[in-house]
Amino acid sequence: MVATRPRLTWRVATVRDIVPETARVVSLVLDVPDWQGHRAGQHIDVRLTAEDGYQAQRSYSIASAPEEPWITITVERLEDGEVSPYLADELRPGDFLELRGPIGGWFTWETREGGPLLLVAGGSGIAPLMAMLRHRAAWRSPVPVRLLYSSRSAQDIIYREELERLAANDPDLAVIHTLTRAQPKGWTGYRRRIDREMLNEIAWAPEERPRAFVCGPTPLVEAVATLLVDLGYDPASVKTERFGPTGG
Amino acid sequence: MSFISRGFKGRRRTASVAGRLPPGQYIVDGFPVLSAGPTPRTPLDRWDFSIVGQVDQARRWTWAEFLQLPAEEITRDIHCVTKWSKLDTTWKGVSVDTLLDGLETSADYVLAFCDGGYTTNLPLEDVTGGKAWIAYEYEGQSLEPEHGGPARLLVPHLYFWKSAKWVRGLELLPEDQPGFWESLGYHMYGDPWREQRYWGDE
Repeated sequence: MVATRPRLTWRVATVRDIVPETARVVSLVLDVPDWQGHRAGQHIDVRLTAEDGYQAQRSYSIASAPEEPWITITVERLEDGEVSPYLADELRPGDFLELRGPIGGWFTWETREGGPLLLVAGGSGIAPLMAMLRHRAAWRSPVPVRLLYSSRSAQDIIYREELERLAANDPDLAVIHTLTRAQPKGWTGYRRRIDREMLNEIAWAPEERPRAFVCGPTPLVEAVATLLVDLGYDPASVKTERFGPTGG
Repeated sequence: MSFISRGFKGRRRTASVAGRLPPGQYIVDGFPVLSAGPTPRTPLDRWDFSIVGQVDQARRWTWAEFLQLPAEEITRDIHCVTKWSKLDTTWKGVSVDTLLDGLETSADYVLAFCDGGYTTNLPLEDVTGGKAWIAYEYEGQSLEPEHGGPARLLVPHLYFWKSAKWVRGLELLPEDQPGFWESLGYHMYGDPWREQRYWGDE
């Protein structure tokens, strides 16, 4: 049974492309040989090896849809990080990157599981939720989705244009931003951290049996998950993932 | 030839710390929070801890009774499968040996069960012999709910997902059966020194 599951072997991927997302965030598009496929929401482990054999590992959510030919991870450069500055600044197209996955069977969604979906993201916590949105778009799924996305400023919104594009032609997808630190002139959206009132306005009613996915820094995840349960969400329907500044 | 990441230098650890860090781990100073869903909040007057399953007689303690059990101070390094390790964490709690003392069982495994529905499986010999506790204080303070309070299992020699938060009891079982993460891709045993993170890791 469990003992016979295939080992997640380390594979050497090739960096196809590096896409700047914001001043601090890049997406790495990776060509992974013999990739077995993944479900939206899963992550990979990345392993870096120095010339003397020293190694460091970190986990990154997969941001691309299972339907895409390449794996994309989105990396936020942490100033005191060990791995993220290498991935964001040093790596070039054509370089190799060792990884294994996909990992994690809980924080995942497939179109056939239905909805409605409530997606709540803080900062780079958008990455696994983007995989779900891209997966949904690939299937032209009509599952209703509301994404509430908290960023520091408009310049810090990751995938901003793609989110606009996805929502523009899709009445079943609503993307709602809140900007917690700075707002551009004429900004009419939310301008504070996610709170009870905001979730009251955005979240599906519990009677609609929504599935909620919450990903971001721990304070956001703790607050939102607790508020959703207070609103009447079944705790088992609220799935969480953390993107804490815990290393990098 | 083994793989080398072009241009990667990395951050070396001092020798004194290096021997305490399992492969693939790095040290954090903070205490990251990880959980799969909302933090459960069970009032202490409705909290209890039980030993059930393959036992001659089930055991149960209320919160007040639990606090009366002999407690120990524990200082250990902890290792999370998400790669962070934290050195010299200090806890107070009741040894699982104390909870099982005098109990008759032919079980070889336990399944820890928790508020919120979380479970994790362990060999009985990994929670006995001074290797596991039910901890209710962290660094001299009541254990915060987001870190598993009011009480969590503490099994520091295995990856930290085995140290189940919000633990409410142990079920003694004749066979090993996968818990929550063990059903979702994570290793049945989870020894950080052998890097048993996922299904199929040796």
